[in-house]
Amino acid sequence: MSLRSFPGGIHPDDMKHLSRNRKIEPVPMPEKLIIPMSQHIGAPAKCIVKKGDRVRRGQKIGEAEGFVSVPVHASASGEVTAVGEAMHPFGKMLMSVTIKPDESGDTVEGWGVERPWEELSRDELKTLVREAGIVGLGGATFPTHVKLSPPPDKHINTLVINAAECEPYLTSDYRLMMEKTHELLSGIRILKKILDVEECRIGIESNKKDCFEILEKEIQAQGLAGITPILLEVKYPQGAEIQLIYALTGREVPSGKLPMDAGVVVQNAGTAIAVSEAVERNIPLTERVVTVTGSTVGTPGNYLVPFGTPLKHLLDVARADLEKTGKIIFGGPMMGMAQAFLDVPVIKGTSGVLLQALDETIKDSTYSSCLRCGKCVEICPMWLMPTRFGSLSRTGRFQECEEAGLFDCKECGSCTFVCPSHIPLTHFIKLAKFRVLEEKRRQKS
Amino acid sequence: MKKLIVSSAPHIHCGETVQGIMLDVLVALAPATLAGVYFFGLKALMLYTVCIAVCVVTEWLYQRICGFKITIKDLSAIVTGLLLAMVLPPQTPWWVAAIGGFVSIFVAKQVFGGIGYNIFNPALVGRAFLLASWPVYLTSWSEPAKLMSGNWFSLTDAVSTATPLTLAKNGEYTTKLADLFFGNVGGCVGETSAIALLLGAAYLFYRGHISWHIPLPYVGTVALLTWVMGENGVFTGHPLFHVLAGGLILGAFFMATDMVTSPVTGRGKVIFGIGAGILVVLIRKFGGYPEGVCYSILLMNAAVPLIDRLCIARRFGEVRA
Ligand code: SF4
Ligand code: SF4
Repeated sequence: MSLRSFPGGIHPDDMKHLSRNRKIEPVPMPEKLIIPMSQHIGAPAKCIVKKGDRVRRGQKIGEAEGFVSVPVHASASGEVTAVGEAMHPFGKMLMSVTIKPDESGDTVEGWGVERPWEELSRDELKTLVREAGIVGLGGATFPTHVKLSPPPDKHINTLVINAAECEPYLTSDYRLMMEKTHELLSGIRILKKILDVEECRIGIESNKKDCFEILEKEIQAQGLAGITPILLEVKYPQGAEIQLIYALTGREVPSGKLPMDAGVVVQNAGTAIAVSEAVERNIPLTERVVTVTGSTVGTPGNYLVPFGTPLKHLLDVARADLEKTGKIIFGGPMMGMAQAFLDVPVIKGTSGVLLQALDETIKDSTYSSCLRCGKCVEICPMWLMPTRFGSLSRTGRFQECEEAGLFDCKECGSCTFVCPSHIPLTHFIKLAKFRVLEEKRRQKS
Repeated sequence: MKKLIVSSAPHIHCGETVQGIMLDVLVALAPATLAGVYFFGLKALMLYTVCIAVCVVTEWLYQRICGFKITIKDLSAIVTGLLLAMVLPPQTPWWVAAIGGFVSIFVAKQVFGGIGYNIFNPALVGRAFLLASWPVYLTSWSEPAKLMSGNWFSLTDAVSTATPLTLAKNGEYTTKLADLFFGNVGGCVGETSAIALLLGAAYLFYRGHISWHIPLPYVGTVALLTWVMGENGVFTGHPLFHVLAGGLILGAFFMATDMVTSPVTGRGKVIFGIGAGILVVLIRKFGGYPEGVCYSILLMNAAVPLIDRLCIARRFGEVRA
């Protein structure tokens, strides 16, 4: 069978063998949870608890502020010991609620109560998704209900489920799909109903063929129509929305537009499972599966982690050797964020924690001049000229960067990965974007 | 625990380096380099040594004097030196070769700003300069010497001959194709053996350092045009002869594909290849020289900024009016 794909892209070692066969394992409750009000793209939630309050698991502690926002829930029962700014994985101090978990394990009323959903209206379903605090769990953390509310003039006819998991090392989606196949399919049916679409395509990279087969079998057993798993070539960034849509449907999302302009809504597989739990069992999003992996991790695996769990606790559970560790990354090695502090919490977007040994870490920040080898141009999945961005951005010609398609760049990191001169192209691109936006803000005010 | 390293994504790299690419180019040039020694003896070896040494020393001295970062470790100066020696006639005097090496690195590379900034292929600039300054040395040719014979060992003695292309200029297509293919003909040190060059080119393809975009249109254009523009009317030419004789194979696979001095986009590379092909045929057929590979590439080098500007690809999802 020929595998579907997109033009361009790179082939890093997938490194998934470290953790792919480790079953999802809950971590013991840490001594404290630091839960940020901002775990999604959009307005941070507004804190609605104060120091000294007792909370139950699943209780709302932050209320959504505006449409592009979601509520935040307590990930354990216990006492609120602090409300204030705390270190966030984004590298800044942000409003967070600290909870000291207790032994009671009390949950909020209605937690886990089964709910027949077939009778519910699309709007009622959407409200459930929103109230459960669900955001894109692939790492983008865009509020899911917003993606499920396309304006009436956009005609959506395909739901795409992102099960590519193209970042090397990460296996959390894979494990979820293997262990929660049933929930995945219910989640997809709910999403289909909300969007009122007939067709759903699930994109899976061919290094997860077992998962593809299980899904096919289950779909057949349940007699589900309009859900098709499709095998994709193992290539980065196969799971980037634009590339995934192209591989699965052949449609090109127009430059500067959204997937919905191509009639598609993309949801991550983990998100679909969270939707099923929220709608069918009334369980809000308070934990997620995190792949903890890398050469200095003693027991790499896929851990079920309550939000707010400090990184240090998770690393202890996974027996990480911090002496030998040079870099800790939240997310995958291509797009993840390096962390400076061990007390940052796991949040909704933390798909993985990757540890690199000192000798694997890219330390040398020197680079040589561009050879004009064209490799970055050849592999850019957005068909841009990264080398141009590099030289323009370095010389402060940000305006010209914009004209050359700067904002089409998805910051996938592929160009930096291949550059033989080791030019941090992606970094220069981010810098240029920052400066262009800054300039625009300045002009406005 | 030491301080954690924080840097911007991505956090992994494919491992390729400039030095690695240059090393691959040297490996790819090895068969043709050896073929040069096999056919032309110690003269070839001397030219290789002189050119490489002068190139490396010039680069080092220049950067040392200017206080720039020394980049000889990236091996690019060695590649330039080797390529320059390969496009010189075997009995070129050593001091001429040395001046060529100096010009290649100093004028064509460092004055422009070093690797990555040069517009023209350094080795070809060196050769063009020598051809203009000492035309006699650059246009006298010797026959391949018998292995281990007196001529093979001698640094000066040689039996002079005409190159296949000089003969062809006078309408004599007498050279056996097999000799052209294996390299048993008069010509520049490293250009005569097509098989050795193609072997190396295959390696560069395999390693992903060159693509078909330049060599194929280049060689294809030369073949097509020389076939069409035959001596006795249309389609009576000698395409295979013109592809194998002279420096076309070396030029197409190792000089025109030089990353720094060729277009960055696939489409641009194809235009570059076709343009160079047309120029070679024009020079060989109508120009004053029997061979035109060197000038064809240099002329196309000059056109690269223009080609790059014209060939900005459609961006993914871009709707063009
Ligand atoms: S980071 Fe941007 S420019 Fe670089 S390869 Fe990815 S999309 Fe292209
Ligand atoms: S990959 Fe690096 S060296 Fe090659 S063209 Fe792009 S920026 Fe230049």
